[in-house]
Amino acid sequence: MRLEILNSGYKPGTKLLFAMIRLFSRQPVPDAAKLVFYRPDFYGNRAKVFTHEAMRGPSGWSVGDRELMAAYVSKVNQTAFCIGAHTATASQAYQDGPRVAAVLDDLETAPVENGLRATLRMLGKLTREGKVGAEDMREVLSAGVSPQQIKDALAVCTAFNITDRLADAFAFEVLTPEGFDAGAKYLLKRGYQ
Amino acid sequence: MPAEDKKQVAHRALVDRVLTGQGAASPEDRARAFGNADGPAPLQALIGKVAMTPSQVTDADFAAAKAAGFSEDQLFELVVCAAVGQSTRQYEAGLAALAEGEAG
Repeated sequence: MRLEILNSGYKPGTKLLFAMIRLFSRQPVPDAAKLVFYRPDFYGNRAKVFTHEAMRGPSGWSVGDRELMAAYVSKVNQTAFCIGAHTATASQAYQDGPRVAAVLDDLETAPVENGLRATLRMLGKLTREGKVGAEDMREVLSAGVSPQQIKDALAVCTAFNITDRLADAFAFEVLTPEGFDAGAKYLLKRGYQ
Repeated sequence: MPAEDKKQVAHRALVDRVLTGQGAASPEDRARAFGNADGPAPLQALIGKVAMTPSQVTDADFAAAKAAGFSEDQLFELVVCAAVGQSTRQYEAGLAALAEGEAG
């Protein structure tokens, strides 16, 4: 990563944990996982709580839907690490890789429900332009999405606009497909906490 | 606090910590990075990219900020603040648009 402290500035116990993860997963520790262990009192602890709540907390959206939102927001941001990580996680959650690939390829023609499509379209605009209007929200509501579901989707969008920026700024190393698949299994089993 | 606000509460806890908790960078510098506003030139070049065009951040942006006297720990904090700041503005814009859309 771009700051040397993020590569080697961890406490001995944390370094040992990283070694165990490498041993058991037979994959490198993803930079996204490392980052939350660096001075966790500053960022990682609270970031994990927020991200876990957004991605795994109670919601009208399934885990697969929320992982798809994370992948889609990351696609708009062009953040290679997070596209890979959350494409793999959404594909495993849905047990349907082609569905995820279709959304990332062309949202408008992808075979997904209209409410999810309208929500992703709104999140894409918010991510791309930094703002959305009441009319954008009315379109999502008229597609049958509840106000609470919109709030939940905005939380996912926020968590990944943070993570995407950190991935790009600190230059997270892109993993192999096997590395992303191993990470996805972990995220579906344990979440983000 | 109603259960449906837990996501916003968790987000607010993150924002409060990075802005006002202990850190290597001053609270003033963290607030400027959060707001993407008026930092010293070499730092602001990095912060502006993190906020608006993160995929364009380069090694040279970090090198320039370090040459201006910022430590790695300070840059870690300020980059986090810039990322959380821009994302927070988007979150607030989305929630405000929703409130307006529901009212209308």
